[in-house]
This record gives sequence, structure tokens and C-alpha cells, in this order.
Amino acid sequence: MSIRILYFARLREEMGIAQEMLELPPEVSDVKSLRAHLAARGGSSAKAFAAAKAVRVSVNQDLGRNDTPVKAGDEVAFFPPVTGG
Amino acid sequence: MAVRVQEADFDIGAEIAALRRGNPAIGAIASFIGLVRDSNDGDAVSGMTLEHYPGMTEKALTGIVAEAKKRWDIIDALVIHRVGELKPLDQIVLVVVSGAHRGAAFDACEFIMDYLKTQAPFWKKEQTAQGARWVEARASDDQAVERWSGPQAK
Repeated sequence: MSIRILYFARLREEMGIAQEMLELPPEVSDVKSLRAHLAARGGSSAKAFAAAKAVRVSVNQDLGRNDTPVKAGDEVAFFPPVTGG
Repeated sequence: MAVRVQEADFDIGAEIAALRRGNPAIGAIASFIGLVRDSNDGDAVSGMTLEHYPGMTEKALTGIVAEAKKRWDIIDALVIHRVGELKPLDQIVLVVVSGAHRGAAFDACEFIMDYLKTQAPFWKKEQTAQGARWVEARASDDQAVERWSGPQAK
């Protein structure tokens, strides 16, 4: 079972992709553990998810937090703080 | 209640006329237009690209408008936000709120803009003489949205 991950704005450029499917690793249950998993992959993913970076998240198109649950079939998006208006 | 995300420009006169047409209960209309400036953080800006998250952006805007309707006694509200390539002088965003009286219309209009600025997934990339750069979020926008979290006013 997998999740769809979308990247926007600076995150999309840093990752070099707009989206990917990720086979849900057993240790990932929420946003915090998903971020840790992505940071541990190394390369551009490690850079984009470095701890000091301001990264916002949504799960199924609602703003999420570190403790928001992530489960198979979810659509998760990562992006910088928003700047519309 | 309507939200639209579009590349095309908008006409505030036509939008207000459509919003108030045939409704004699409306006694006040408040509106806001955001525009592309020709400078930001001390640098000249020649243009910008507005990116959004199709689906979530509309969902977020709809939620913000619904929250405004819950907090204030307003009759209708409209949000239009443009995306794509924009230049200085271009219109970016329109908020129109109608109500029986001006107080609720003014407050709800400002509330919708403050939440849009901090919660709706849009990102600006501006072109300057030094190249293109992503616009940084402002702490003042976070402070602006904070003031609505206290006791609710009607």
C-alpha cells in the first residue's frame, strides 16, 4: 500500500519532482515519521527536509501538523509557508 | 458564496453587480483588491508567477469563506484569486462581502484576506534583476491572522 506525495514551489524545485508514489514504510504512521523517512533517504530529499527548513504539510488537502496521521491511500503534500494574496 | 481560482483577470464592477443583483436585503458591500507591486524587499520586481495546489486551494478558500459566514452576519461573499504569470499593475485577488450593515462586511472581508494570506496554498515567485526568487512568508501576516483567534465579534 502506498501514498501519493506532492511537492510545491521551492520544495518541488529542491526535490526535482512534482510528485511521487511511496510504498508506505512500516515505521511511518504520521507526518513526523514520514518527514524523518524522507530526510533519511539522502540526496535532494535530505536537503529539502533538513530540520531547520520551514516546511508545511497537508494530508488529503487539509493543513496538517507533525502528529497528523498518515495511512495508505493518503495524498500528502509538502510546501513552503504560503505567500498568496 | 463562491471561490474562483483562475488565470484570467476580473472586473470588480461586474462581480459586485452580479453579487447584489435583485437582493434588497443588502445594505453594505465591502471589497478588497490585491495588486502586483513593482518592488519587494528593496528590489525592483518585473513580474511574478503564482503557483497553487489545484483542489486544496479551492477547498481552503471555501473553508475560509464558510468560517467568515459563521462568525459574522453577512449575506454573501466572493473570492477570486489569479494564478500564472502576472506583471506589476495586474490584479491578483478580489474579496467582496455583502451584508445588511457595514461592520460585519468590513470585518469579514479583512478576516478572509488574513486567512487567505496564511492558509490558502498559493506561492509567489518574483522576477528581479538578480533573477527569480520565491517570496518569503511574512511574520506580519501571521500576526494579522492571530488577532481573529480571540473572543469572536459579531
